[in-house]
Amino acid sequence: MPLLHVTDMSHNFGGLQAVSEYNLSLDPGQITGLIGPNGAGKTTIFNLITGLYRPTKGSVRFDGEELVGKKLNETAAMGLARTFQEMKLWRHMTVLEHIKMARYSKLSYGLMGAFLGTPKRRREERKVTELAMEYLKMFAVDQVADQLVVNLPYGDQRRVEMARALVIEPKVLLLDEPTVGMTPDEMMAMIEVIRKAHERFNLAIFLIEHRLQVVRELCQHVQALVFGQVLVEGKSDEVQNHPKVIEAYIGEQEVEF
Amino acid sequence: MDEATAPKKIGGLFYRLDQFFKPVPLLGYLLGVLVCVLWEQMAGEQLSAFLGLPKMPVLFGLLTIFKVVAGVINLLIKGDAFNWATLVHVPTALVYLTVIYLIPISLVARASVKPANALARYLQGFPLIITALVQLGLMYAVLHIWADMSDYRLITLKLTLIAVLFTLSLNIINGYMGEFSCSHPGFMAIGAYMSSLFTVGLFTSDKVLGDAVFTFSAAYLSFPLALIFGGMMAALGALIVAIPSFKTRGDYLAIISLAFLFIVKSFFENMQVLGGSRGIAGQPDWATLPVIFITMAFGIWTINNFVTSTMGKALNAVRDDETAAEAMTVNTRKTKMVAFLFGAFWAGVAGGMLAHVLRYVNPAMFSVQKLAEVLAMVYFGGLNSVYGSIVGAVSISLLGEALRPLEILKWIVIPLLLILVMIYRPTGLIAFKEFDVRQVFGPKEVD
Repeated sequence: MPLLHVTDMSHNFGGLQAVSEYNLSLDPGQITGLIGPNGAGKTTIFNLITGLYRPTKGSVRFDGEELVGKKLNETAAMGLARTFQEMKLWRHMTVLEHIKMARYSKLSYGLMGAFLGTPKRRREERKVTELAMEYLKMFAVDQVADQLVVNLPYGDQRRVEMARALVIEPKVLLLDEPTVGMTPDEMMAMIEVIRKAHERFNLAIFLIEHRLQVVRELCQHVQALVFGQVLVEGKSDEVQNHPKVIEAYIGEQEVEF
Repeated sequence: MDEATAPKKIGGLFYRLDQFFKPVPLLGYLLGVLVCVLWEQMAGEQLSAFLGLPKMPVLFGLLTIFKVVAGVINLLIKGDAFNWATLVHVPTALVYLTVIYLIPISLVARASVKPANALARYLQGFPLIITALVQLGLMYAVLHIWADMSDYRLITLKLTLIAVLFTLSLNIINGYMGEFSCSHPGFMAIGAYMSSLFTVGLFTSDKVLGDAVFTFSAAYLSFPLALIFGGMMAALGALIVAIPSFKTRGDYLAIISLAFLFIVKSFFENMQVLGGSRGIAGQPDWATLPVIFITMAFGIWTINNFVTSTMGKALNAVRDDETAAEAMTVNTRKTKMVAFLFGAFWAGVAGGMLAHVLRYVNPAMFSVQKLAEVLAMVYFGGLNSVYGSIVGAVSISLLGEALRPLEILKWIVIPLLLILVMIYRPTGLIAFKEFDVRQVFGPKEVD
């Protein structure tokens, strides 16, 4: 049985069919890629799966539980972590605070603990700090733990974002264009980071990418999305060289120029 | 040439002052101020008589100076008679300030660096609560001696301490959570009325609320209960604002909360049971300085605990990016509700104390002007900062008092100052600074 199972999911924004009859099955440990031209609805699919939007039709099952109707924070706490294309870091918070924040749903103290600073809260905060530092070390950003995240170079910010999503201890990680705006070197480093995280946590990863090289390196299975519909699906090479996919991409380029 | 060197000189002076006071821990300053207030108690009267001041300056000589300034302004604008001899009060008040306060505090603070740091280091070996209690006790002693010298000082100090708590409670919402709430004076009103209902209704005979239900001499021990009751009721009122405001994403809070403020005010104006627009008077005199000081310290402590915990930091995450907060498992709605109710609770407690300091309460106290005042304190001091709220509340309160002789001009000077702060420091004087209690009370290590 697949870990994440999406069946016949559709969504429209006031008449505009953004996603139609979308299907996905993601097994534990599998890396699936989602490619497609701008505006194809890739990020919308992420938002629908994670509960940021509610699909008009269809079902999303995760670990045997229905996700439709659950809110973003609930699906995240269940083990469905995601990153964002534009990162969405908190500008007034330090690197360490970012990582600690992702443990919110697992905090063992209650409101009274937070108000009164009970020993239980102090122990828990210390524990969370230690855990967070471990993750920061893993991503080689522990040296800047006390810095504001906005002061970090771009590549480090991406790594902090990745660590923040992983500290939730997810079973499925949804990555929205993790290499956007990176130089080729940074991109190769990011591929390594993703691969390492995948091995270490035995994650299932669902990945949106524009760069076909990243998809080729990481994904066993690829879906190509055009106008909210899956056009082709299959092995990475097959999909990328499929004439329909090439047409969709080149067609877009013609419009651009 | 002069212009180029002048700022550098000032910078140099500030730098040298900074270096001079850098190794002084809080304990050192407390000792310094303690010496000042004792010195004033001993020699203040004689010195002001010697300097020809009409009476001992109550507010560091500031009030005396601005009285003279107001006299000059009235002479210029209205042509009022001005006694030129009072002009000498400006330099003499400054001399008084220097001799009584500035010189002793600098000398003692600086001279006590070594013992004060040693003592602070020694105290650090104990649990934090001991360190805090010792230094807060010292702080209280200073304030007590200072306020003991005149009734005016006592009431100004009480109102200032209440303002600190009130400002910080609003900072939770407007600063830490980053949403604009206007209903805080409303929560204060609820707290003031409800705690008055508790104390006046139960323990004193009153025209509006009838005879006392209980009469026993230790009734003042119930005052904390009255304050908690007021705070709880304010939090309950906050629930009315919070439910519709935080149901969806987006910024409805400002409008709903402003409406709430007006509703609360007209509610109390029209409740004849609660005295209508005349309000309730005759509160027992239970809001003494120690009670207010302890309540304020406890309030600051819990608020600071909350905002430094991961649970409370969720407020910052919600403010900086709500979607990201939610994606990182933060229950944003609960977070916002809790913070809003928590802020309202402490506003209610502050209101309860206010009613018992002034010993009357009426709806007119909680108008838009009160809102403007507390917003000024929050934004002047600095968002997202306990230091900021303390600095903002104290400086706006003291400034308001010091500028009182200027009458209507006061309302030009204070807003002007606010505008300047907004231009040069858009988030306030001391914004986004973490209040680490251990560090505040600890020794200053300078290498």
